Amino acid sequence: MQIPAPFDYVRATTVENALELLARHGPESRVIAGGHSLIPMMKLRLSRPEWLIDINDLFELDFILRDGGELRIGALTRHSTLLESDEIARLFPIVRDAELVIADPVVRNRGTIGGSLCQADPAEDLSTVCDVLGAVAVVRGPGGERSLAMQDFHRGPYQTAVGQDELLCEVRIPIKARSGSAYEKVERRVGDWAVGAAGASVTLAEDGSIADAAVGLTALGLEHTITEAAGLLRGKRPAEELFADAGRLAAEACDPVADQRGPVDYKRHLADELTRRVLRQACARAAQPAAQTQEG
Amino acid sequence: MTVIHERESNPAAGDADRPIGYGRIQRKEDPRFVRGKGHYIDDLVLPGMLHGAILRAPVAHARLVSIDTTNALAHPKVLAVITGKDLEGLKLAWAPTLSADVQAVLVTDKVRFQGQEVAFVVAEDRYAARDALELIDVEYDVLPPLVDARKALDADAPLIRDEIEGRTDNKIFDWEMGDAAETDAVFASADVVVSQEMVYPRVHPAPMETCGAVADFDAVNGKLTLYETTQAPHAHRTLFAIVAGIPEHKIRIVSPDIGGGFGNKVGIYPGYILAVVGSIVTGRPVKWVEDRSENLMSTSFARDYIMQGEIAATKDGKILALRTNVLADHGAFNATAQPTKNPAGFFSIFTGSYDLQAAHCKVTGVYTNKAPGGVAYACSFRVTEAVYLVERMVDILARKLEMDPAELRLKNFIKPEQFPYANKTGWVYDSGNYEAAMRLSMQLAGYEDLRREQLQKRAKGELMGIGISFFTEVVGAGPRKHFDIVGLGMADGAELRVHPTGKAVVRLSVQSQGQGHETTFAQIVAEELGIPPENIDVVHGDTDQTPFGLGTYGSRSTPVSGGAVALVARKVREKAKLIAAAMLETRPEDLEWEKGRWFVKGDPTAGKTIEDIAMAAHGTMTLPEGVDGNLDAEVTYDPPNLTFPFGAYICVVDVDPGTGHVKVRRFIAVDDCGTRINPMIIEGQVHGGLTDGVGMALMEIIEFDADGNNLGGSFMDYLIPTAMEVPDWETGFTVTPSPHHPIGAKGIGESATVGSPPAIVNAVVDALAPFGVVHMDMPCTPARVWAAMQGRATPPI
Ligand SMILES: Cc1cc2nc3c(=O)[nH]c(=O)nc-3n(C[C@H](O)[C@H](O)[C@H](O)COP(=O)(O)OP(=O)(O)OC[C@H]3O[C@@H](n4cnc5c(N)ncnc54)[C@H](O)[C@@H]3O)c2cc1C
Repeated sequence: MQIPAPFDYVRATTVENALELLARHGPESRVIAGGHSLIPMMKLRLSRPEWLIDINDLFELDFILRDGGELRIGALTRHSTLLESDEIARLFPIVRDAELVIADPVVRNRGTIGGSLCQADPAEDLSTVCDVLGAVAVVRGPGGERSLAMQDFHRGPYQTAVGQDELLCEVRIPIKARSGSAYEKVERRVGDWAVGAAGASVTLAEDGSIADAAVGLTALGLEHTITEAAGLLRGKRPAEELFADAGRLAAEACDPVADQRGPVDYKRHLADELTRRVLRQACARAAQPAAQTQEG
Repeated sequence: MTVIHERESNPAAGDADRPIGYGRIQRKEDPRFVRGKGHYIDDLVLPGMLHGAILRAPVAHARLVSIDTTNALAHPKVLAVITGKDLEGLKLAWAPTLSADVQAVLVTDKVRFQGQEVAFVVAEDRYAARDALELIDVEYDVLPPLVDARKALDADAPLIRDEIEGRTDNKIFDWEMGDAAETDAVFASADVVVSQEMVYPRVHPAPMETCGAVADFDAVNGKLTLYETTQAPHAHRTLFAIVAGIPEHKIRIVSPDIGGGFGNKVGIYPGYILAVVGSIVTGRPVKWVEDRSENLMSTSFARDYIMQGEIAATKDGKILALRTNVLADHGAFNATAQPTKNPAGFFSIFTGSYDLQAAHCKVTGVYTNKAPGGVAYACSFRVTEAVYLVERMVDILARKLEMDPAELRLKNFIKPEQFPYANKTGWVYDSGNYEAAMRLSMQLAGYEDLRREQLQKRAKGELMGIGISFFTEVVGAGPRKHFDIVGLGMADGAELRVHPTGKAVVRLSVQSQGQGHETTFAQIVAEELGIPPENIDVVHGDTDQTPFGLGTYGSRSTPVSGGAVALVARKVREKAKLIAAAMLETRPEDLEWEKGRWFVKGDPTAGKTIEDIAMAAHGTMTLPEGVDGNLDAEVTYDPPNLTFPFGAYICVVDVDPGTGHVKVRRFIAVDDCGTRINPMIIEGQVHGGLTDGVGMALMEIIEFDADGNNLGGSFMDYLIPTAMEVPDWETGFTVTPSPHHPIGAKGIGESATVGSPPAIVNAVVDALAPFGVVHMDMPCTPARVWAAMQGRATPPI
């Protein structure tokens, strides 16, 4: 049994209450959601909060809701809920692709989208997913609510725009017609963090050419989407050579580090290979009749 | 209870191949495990029990300058802080290992591996004990570490064991077997010679339950009761008597349910000794249970062999000779658990299943700044490394000769009529029919079809590989005159009591860690006496309750204790015969046995069941001369030889050409473990071992960085396979009984762990043949496979 350093614990009853508790207990207090990132770090004593503020009773943050042209996902929504949602799988197949390879059922039953995004681990999969889908993060704090695009929310490895006294409350994803998305990850073993992964989202124009596209990488040393790839793809027809060019750009844009999961050259190769695969899949999905009818 | 009379999974099996002792019955221990009623070390709570925690070294090699325990002792819940100095006073700072070396219990002079034990805190609860570790101030003077075993013998290598008088280098031993000159001569005249360096990386047994102990020293009567996670309770009792100076009759070792051992729980770890010291010092019971990182970083690892293999053959594929030079990394202390005369364990069985003219192996063991241990993990004392070497070499030879690897093996197998077969390194294989097992495996796999499919796939650029491994195991150590562990002969006792109502209890020295002893050994008695297994209780794991014996590892329980149990049951049967004769007023030689009863030859109605006889034995009837009033017996079984299980494994993999990811699609395992007792338990052992094999072949490795930091200290870093990585195992069997074992059983515990890694690696290398890959080392992770595809296969260490 690995034993964390001593800490105190309190359960929040509402979002307001959670914010109050954060303010009251100050800088050494931390929110705990699924606990699947925070507790392992505490057990290794890499993280030593003095107060844990448990937000698992905040059912108001556990929802998946279609709201006009957006899908709203509460921060406390569990990985398993995202995985099982047919609506999400239809609108954003990339989410199911990713959830199928995030950890294992035990972790997915507890871990939340909010915790994943706030943890901002470089190998964490949902940040890439939210990046390529153009999601917006809704954050509340003592000063009220603010909405942040992913590039403003995510500040780098383990860093986000969420202040110590703030809560991530929800994620909003725009719904677009003729769109498709996909995610693919290479792992040494099921449940392992990514050696490397790529995600893509594509919107086709009526003529079948690419109207908009976003490609992102996980665990490969690249924050946010690959702007060069989006520029290359826009206006072109989906084709193998195009995907290959995008793959090359991804390999150039990434900046992986060598570790036990693999050396730099291999990871760069994965950026290329996986970019091609997810673009191929995302384009195929965008061209399917079901994708045509989604209202924007 | 179901009695299965079907011939199980071998279509060619005859009546003689049927399992014995009621065959495929459900395990007697399972109800308690599936209901959460198992009782493990950490479930044990004694009145007044305290908790211990170990402070471990953060660096791999450093002189200990000072330890200040003042702040830790000031913690309100701390009762004691024990350091190496305290142990020196008790003459307990160093303890003997199982390999004639010593190991520091707590560091006194120098840290020799990262994670080494530095101090022990005893506190009111576990949390306080852990918190107090941070209150101990230790000053280290960091020294350059020796991480690469290849540099261990360099003149400028840091000297690790400088505390040993007169020691000037890091060599532990040089050991060789076979005739070097004869082997060199065969190589010199051979048509074809191929050689290959291969690494069997350091891996870890990683049992689900980590190691732990509860020590309870009773100062009034001087008795130590030590509850421990041990696979060898009796050997531990004797060693504790020697190490701690407590008289042996005042030591009771209890090994409760054990959550996996795989050799990890054979040795005596500092934590066990510290719990004992903690209990003596405080006068209260002390519990110590290590956490996952402690288990991975400090307890007995496995493998870590760098092997240079060479094989010689004629150009038409007759294998002539094998030779190998091995560099063995034993870590900071030589603490491998193996029979005394075998510093490299049973590695010299590396000639495998082939009839060779000559063979020679040389193993050099060295110290490095890594955790000690070395033989754990279901390996039958290094047969795992031996089988990997020969099975990879045979595949490499097949490639060179452009021969099918199955055909090459079939051509070179030892033939059934050659058994008992004396190999070139001193082993006498008891029995075997290798060709039959190989052909059955090929038939179950659909070998020809698989090769056809592979050709079609290759034409499309898809990477499919088929790998074969044929292994011969050597288990059941062993005859007392050849095998001992620190002077303790490897024979096993067994005691059997049949109660008046015909229910029985059998007491064993071996200790199950999941192998189903409570079922298998009851079944052996059932076979011999005809008492149904549910009426036989198996007692084990408590030295006050059981006869002496050396424990469960190296697949020795069925070969050694299984023999003891069969013989003790036969002894009872013979005694029952005398009593039955008196009951039936006839002569013993006029009686005939059928399962469960003695009856008068030619008059089957006149008979006495074992229940009748048991009641009579304990009753008032006048017993024959020399027969005492019970139906009990005891034996100690000294096996005449080891047993040699074998098997033919075929693995099919698919490799993603874009990512290097390996998927094990199929795995066919045909095992021959001699006479089969409970096929379900056998299959369970095989399934587990095959899963181990997938782990080692594809993902497991304990790596170190240049500073000697252990990079495998958690399950995030040290990967073990899950159900997702393994296929639906396809098992089959043949039955070639051991001629010298009382029931012909050979043992199955480690066959699959030994046999499966080379099958998987052979399959991966076969898949990569279009890229010209001849060899790649484990683990075959996506990145390493991809590197091999680029022509850049590199050893992992
Ligand atoms: C074995 C294992 C394997 C894993 N594998 C993967 C994987 O392959 N891919 C992957 O993406 N993830 C993986 N994870 C991580 C998993 O997805 C976690 O659940 C997730 O990273 C964190 O979510 P959580 O709800 O558990 O957050 P917690 O651990 O509770 O919190 C994480 C951090 O976020 C903060 N936080 C949480 N919620 C909020 C909020 N609403 N507002 C502000 N701050 C908040 C916490 O204070 C903390 O700092 C793995 C985890 C484990 C244990």
